[in-house]
This record gives sequence, structure tokens and C-alpha cells, in this order.
Amino acid sequence: MNIDHLHFQKPLAHSPFYECYAGLSKTENWASWNSYKVPRIADKLSTEYFAVRSGCSVMDLTPMEKYRIEGPDARAYLDRLVTRDLSKLRPGRVTYVVWCNDDGKVIDDGTLFQLDEEAYRLCAQHHQLDWLLLSADGFDVDISLETHDVAALAVQGPTSYSVLKAAGIDGLEDLKPFDIGSLTCHGMPVVVSRTGYTGDLGYELWIDPAHAAALWDAIFAVRGLYDIHLIGLDALEMVRIEAGFIMPGFDFNCAEMTIRDGYARSPYEVGLGWVVHLDKGHFTGRKALRIEKEEPPRRRLTKLVVDGNKPVGEAFIYAGKNGKQVGEIKCTTWSPILKANLAIADIDYIGGQLPDPLWARFDYQRELKWRTAWAECHPRTKPFYSPEHRSKTPPDRF
Amino acid sequence: MTDRFDAVVIGAGHNGLVCASYLARAGMKVLVCEAGAGPGGMAAPRDFGTGYRVPSLAHVACPVSEILRRDLDLDRHGYSSGDPLKTLALDTVNGPVTLSGDTASGRSLGAADIAAYRDFRGRYLDFASALAPLFENKPPRLKNMAPGDTKTLAKLGWKVRFGLGRDSMYEFLRVAAINIYDVLNETFDDERLKAAIAFDAVIGSAMGPRTPGTVLTWLARLAGERNGAAALTSASLPAALVASAEAAGAEIRFGCPVARILLDDDRATGVELAGGDSIPARLVVSAVDPRATFRRLVGAARLDAMFAHRVTQIRGAGVVGKLHLGLTGLPEFSGVEASEPGQRLLIAPSMRHIERAFNFSKYGECSEQPVFEITIPSLADATLAPDGHHVMSINVAYLPYHLKAGWDQHKPRIVDALVAGLSAYAPGLDALITEHELLSPADIEHEYGAVEGHWHHGEMSIHQSFMLRPLYGAAQYDTPVDNLFLASAGSHPGGGLTGLPGRNAAQRILEMGGAS
Repeated sequence: MNIDHLHFQKPLAHSPFYECYAGLSKTENWASWNSYKVPRIADKLSTEYFAVRSGCSVMDLTPMEKYRIEGPDARAYLDRLVTRDLSKLRPGRVTYVVWCNDDGKVIDDGTLFQLDEEAYRLCAQHHQLDWLLLSADGFDVDISLETHDVAALAVQGPTSYSVLKAAGIDGLEDLKPFDIGSLTCHGMPVVVSRTGYTGDLGYELWIDPAHAAALWDAIFAVRGLYDIHLIGLDALEMVRIEAGFIMPGFDFNCAEMTIRDGYARSPYEVGLGWVVHLDKGHFTGRKALRIEKEEPPRRRLTKLVVDGNKPVGEAFIYAGKNGKQVGEIKCTTWSPILKANLAIADIDYIGGQLPDPLWARFDYQRELKWRTAWAECHPRTKPFYSPEHRSKTPPDRF
Repeated sequence: MTDRFDAVVIGAGHNGLVCASYLARAGMKVLVCEAGAGPGGMAAPRDFGTGYRVPSLAHVACPVSEILRRDLDLDRHGYSSGDPLKTLALDTVNGPVTLSGDTASGRSLGAADIAAYRDFRGRYLDFASALAPLFENKPPRLKNMAPGDTKTLAKLGWKVRFGLGRDSMYEFLRVAAINIYDVLNETFDDERLKAAIAFDAVIGSAMGPRTPGTVLTWLARLAGERNGAAALTSASLPAALVASAEAAGAEIRFGCPVARILLDDDRATGVELAGGDSIPARLVVSAVDPRATFRRLVGAARLDAMFAHRVTQIRGAGVVGKLHLGLTGLPEFSGVEASEPGQRLLIAPSMRHIERAFNFSKYGECSEQPVFEITIPSLADATLAPDGHHVMSINVAYLPYHLKAGWDQHKPRIVDALVAGLSAYAPGLDALITEHELLSPADIEHEYGAVEGHWHHGEMSIHQSFMLRPLYGAAQYDTPVDNLFLASAGSHPGGGLTGLPGRNAAQRILEMGGAS
């Protein structure tokens, strides 16, 4: 094994795409994502946001945790790992999964790609190798970290289909949401999945790091024809909240990382009850989740539209204006496309019910002076933003 | 459904039989499945060579408690605890020190040590009594306590504070978690005496006298002596337990190995035998090693990941072998009176000697100077050997399960070394040997199903005791698998021929509504 003994001199790694986008950053506003140097904002936040919502955005996805899971027991292993019934998953398809500890608390969520009969890729928010290996006892399965061996790009936005087609990737038209295609781009093999974290039409491209720069160049070669922007993590944060996607470790604690009792959350509590299938066979945490399912809900992560246009930020939620404190906002954004204040909040239920009405009490600054305000919050059960063009097959051409 | 069993108990070791007997007495229809040909497991008699028979592993044990004798009517079913044994700590130079009850005697043993031994034993028996509420009940859970748990803790607290008195309580709290080496050095001068006590604290465990927690293991041993002095084990305990269980209506099948525990959903529904037959039952009690129970009979895949992982982390690699010698005559031990070779003889000249022997085992090696516990059961029961012959039954520590050199290749050499070690104390012994058998921890695993050949189905260390025995999540005899219970030495209060894990498990089952 080659160990770079001077690694400490370069604490942030460069992805295979780094050289492609280093010069595109106008702000030099960088972030560390999984110890990779990636843009927080490359240009202007609004430009990047609208690239996702009305053009085409490109984001480096390489730092995302990726695991290869393969072997004769891979399916049985995954069935025991995740809460979701995988019986409909087949090669060439992707599904969204969540996995729990023994207490039925969420460790992380991610997307599971079935690449072959006995080969899968699991993409996760956080490092999972220890949990994945610990869970492998008793199964004939190989698990390896492939984060650094697979380069990945997210190409998202209403024109993303047209951009990729123009960039030379054929065969996209038949790709339905959550499909995987083994395609080529100017002769280079590239795996394309119709997946994303933006709630818009979009693709994720998976490629050998050696071909990463060439793929990037192929896409940016059509930049004059289409509005294509490199985007950073801040724009992603806005669009993922609009799409109603939650982020483990930020919107709630990952189970094996909490210290205090009661701080971890179950899938039901974070609104992921729809991926829990208690009757699918044994999986880690099932017993605890069965017990929880029988009890009235204690709390839920709840999507809220907050009245007014003042930035809400971190705030407590109350059952009624000046009422009892029942929760707190975990993430919030102003949605330019909906012209609304959006938030996702952790709210305690009262008597098994979501309290009504809900009010947020928050502090904001006006000309450096702090003020306090109240705003009513309106719960939503559906994604805030989910355009029709997102799931059309074939997608609209531009 | 009338012919369906209420409970299937896996294993007819003494804990399995005790549990079955209690359950049958509560009106349950109970079946015991035993892989071997007879009852008793590690306490069953064992034949070797031609015409020789020994108690298999547990050759010396304290009587079972009054509670069990009364509840299961054991005396009426033929149980007798045997004649109390003295312990002779052998020394070729100064002659042996003899321990009997609270009396220590021996040539050149100082008066101060003799007095100190009497006080020390009395005090530690009090400590063992203070722990009795803990041993005789399910270990209390510290979080989400049930009323029974609160009662156990209250009784324990009362006994420690008021049963012992203030000064004794302070002393108890001081020594409870430390090593026996320091405590004995504080109290005694004579090396033979200290080593004899230390031997009892460490035998069966991968611990030396200097290992923290060896006061506690000694207290667990003394808890048994509250019922009476240790004696040679005879077949009367397994036989009485079988008779008691059968009288209560339990059925016992021998030569009936269980291949796996049947599950429906997350619930145990019976067992599948090695032959492929299924035996449905409302609940399953495993009186075999917890590691074998979860890994082999249930399977990691059917358990939650962290629990399955914890099972793999249970510490318990055996370090005691059992040497059986068939002899053409009675050996003579230097310095031992002709009337005394039938007692329990220890070859453990000093605590440092024991510690050094232990050190080798940590690295997968055997010391050239091992530790021996010798009995000659044929002196008490002449039927155990052909006319005029004798059998020697010897526990040998420390023989590691994970012997670096491999047991298959090195066993004959180790036997020779052991015989040479014994001959130093019993000159001419090798000339008497006609038959021999060495059970290594690997053999013990193979023949008795104890994972890694550990007597107690897991170390009796503090981190694997009480509410952590055998592991967090299964310490109150019920397990994450509904209707599957544990009842072996791997559960609280642990090893020794106490029957308490079996009894406590039965009580837990009944308390959880197992009879209905």
C-alpha cells in the first residue's frame, strides 16, 4: 500500500475534476466535503440556484461516500441492512434506502444501485464502512470503499437532458427516473443514472477517474449553446430543501454518532416511514420499529412554509403564538421559485397529533439591530417543489 | 395442538435439567434435547481407556444450594453431595499446607497465617453472602428497571450495608474489583497458602492472580461453599436432576442434537434436529453456550447487526485442560500422608508460579511449569477402575485453546511434559500409567459444545458479569429473539455446578408468562 507520508500538508484532497473547475471559481469560496476541496459558491448563489431550476447545473459528486457490495449473499445482506423491501429492485435500477441500528434509529440514508445480479453500489451521506463491515458477519459478501475510485458528476436542471445529449451521450431518452444506463461519451464508457438531490430533472454520471476531465470537457464544450454552471454546496442546500429532501447529520443526528439518550431519530420520526417495510423479513432495528409503530407518534420532521419574507434562520417552534415550545427548525431557505420561506423542523407531537397552529419565533437583524418576530408556519406533506418535467420520459428537448 | 411442547430445552447439562425441572413443575410440557448419550454435560462421568471412568470436567464441586434441593426434591431423587474434600497445597521441600473449612495447617505454617486464614475466610464468606441476592435472581437492569430488579438491588444494598456492617462494607467495596494477588499478599506470608487460595480464584478463567476482578471470581466460588465444602462430583447430581425432571413430567431425549432454532418472523417456534426433524414448541430454552446459540443455532443473519457483533466480542477462550491417567497402582506424593491422596491436591507452589504459567497462555504457549489440581476418584469409588487400579483426574492450567503450535501436532509432547511435571511431586508415577487421555480446550469445545473450550461459556470477568452476562441485550435470560431464552453457565451468575442460571432462567420464563 502506498502511503503519502506528507498527506498532512494537503489536508483537502482534489477530486479528478478539480483541475477542470479550479479556474471557474470566481469567489474562491471553497468548502470541505468529505475532505475534498469543493466549491461552496463558485460564482453567485442566485446564478447557481437558477442553473438548477431553469438551466443546467454541474456539481462534483466524487466526495460522496460510495461502497461496492458484491457476492452471492449481497442481496440477503442488503435485505438485512436496510429497512426497505428490495424485492422489486433489479439490475439497472436505483432505490432510496435508509438503515438503522438495533434500536431502530437511523444511521444514514442513501441510494442503492443494483449494477449486476450480485453487485451493488451504496451511496451514503456519511462514512459507513465500519457499520457495513460489522453487518457483514454471517454473509458471503465483499464490501469495499470506492469513494476515491469512481469519479462522479451531478448534471441537474431542466436542460440537463439536452446538454448531455449535445455533449455526446447517447441512449438517455429511454432512461426513466431511477434507471441506470451503461452508455458512452465520445467512446468513453460512462454509467449514467437518472437520480439526483435537486428535485429537478437530472442525471448522475459515474466514470473512471482517468476519463473524468474528458467527460467534463465534453459537457462544457456545449456551454455556449446552453446555460451551464458549476454549482457549489450552498445552491444544493437551497434546492434540496425545496425538494423536501432531508440530510442525516444536519436535520437529525445519525444514530451511532449521538451521545445523549433520546437524541437519535427513527425513520418514522424523520418522515421516512414509507421506506420501512416491517413484513419484508428480518432487518436490523425491525423489532424496535415494530414497537414504535404501535405507539402514537412522538415527533416528526415536518416541512413548513413560514409566513412572511424575513429570513427565519434557527428558530424555535411553538404550539400557537406565545404557546408551548414544541420544536425547532433544522434547516431553512428562501425559495426564489416559490417566493416562500421554507423550513424543515423537528416537532414534538402532542397526544399523538401535530400541534396546530404552529408558530415560529425568530430573531432577525435590520440595519444591525436585532428584532424578534413571530410567523405562522403551515405544514406540508408533499415536496415544496416538484415540477412535472422532472419525471417525464423522454424529457423535454431544449 | 395438544401434543405440542410448551418448551424445548437444548442441552441436558445440569443447568438445562434444572430449568426443565422448574418449568415442568410449573405445569409446562417440556422436552429436553441432549446431543450426548447421557445427562450432565461437563459433570457427566466419562469412560477412557479400558475400564477407567472419571468425572469428565467438573471433578470437584460444591453442593448445590438448599433452594434447588428443596424446590426440585433432589435428595429424594438420590442426590448426595459427597464427602467434603480437604485441599493439600503440595510442596516438595516444606511439605503441604492443608486447608479444611476455616482451618489451615501444615509444617512450618506460622500461627499468624493460621489465625489470619480463619478471619479471612469468615470475612469473605460474609462478602459472598452479601452477594447472594444478586446470584439468586436475574441481574437487575439499571435502566427501565422492573419492580423485581429494584427489589434485587434493594436486597443487595441492604445486605452489603447492614449485613456486613460499616467496616466490612468499606473493605468489600475496596476489594470487590481488584486482584486477589494484592489482597493475599496483604494478608498472608506463606506462599503455599496464598497460592492455594489464588488457585481457586483463577481456575477455569483466562486470568492470573494479578488479573483485576479475581477477588470477584473467588467470591463466586465461595458462594458455592456456603452450601458446604467442595467434594468429588459423582453421577448422583445429573441422575437426580433427570429423575426430578421426569417426575415432574419433562421428557428427556439423548442422542438428539439440535441443528438450529426455528424462527418465524422474529420469534422462536421450535428446533430442528440434526436428522432434519422439526419439533415445534411455544418457547425454546438454550442451555448451551450463548455464542453457539446465537451464531450456530440462530445465525448472525437473523439477529440485529450490533447484537450479532457483540456476540462475536464475548471473551472466553478456555485455558484449562483435563488429564486422565489410568494407573496400575496408587501413586505416592512426597510429603503426603498415606491417608490423604484421596483429597484435592494442588501443584501451585506460589502465586508467582501461577501468574507465570498464565503468562505463557496469553501468547498461545504452554508453560513448562503448569498448575495442577489432582484428584484420585477411584479411592472414593473403586468401581471407577479395574481391581487394584486407580484413576487420576487432573485439571491442568494453563493450556490455551489457541495453542500457537497447534493441538494436533503437539499434544503428545505436552502430555509427556505434564507427566514429568506431576512426577516431580509423585516419584515413579510414569511407571504406573497404563492409559491416558488429555482433553485440550479444543477437545472440550468439540465434545462439550463450549465455544473455545471455556468451562463457563465465557470469561467470568467483571465486564461479562451480572447485567452484562453473557452480553448486553440478553442478560435477563430473554433474548432479542422472542421466546428464546438462555439458561447456561454463559448467563448470570455464571459457571460452577450451581444450577442457578437454569433456575433463574426458569423463573424469568415464568415471570414473563411462559406457562400460559
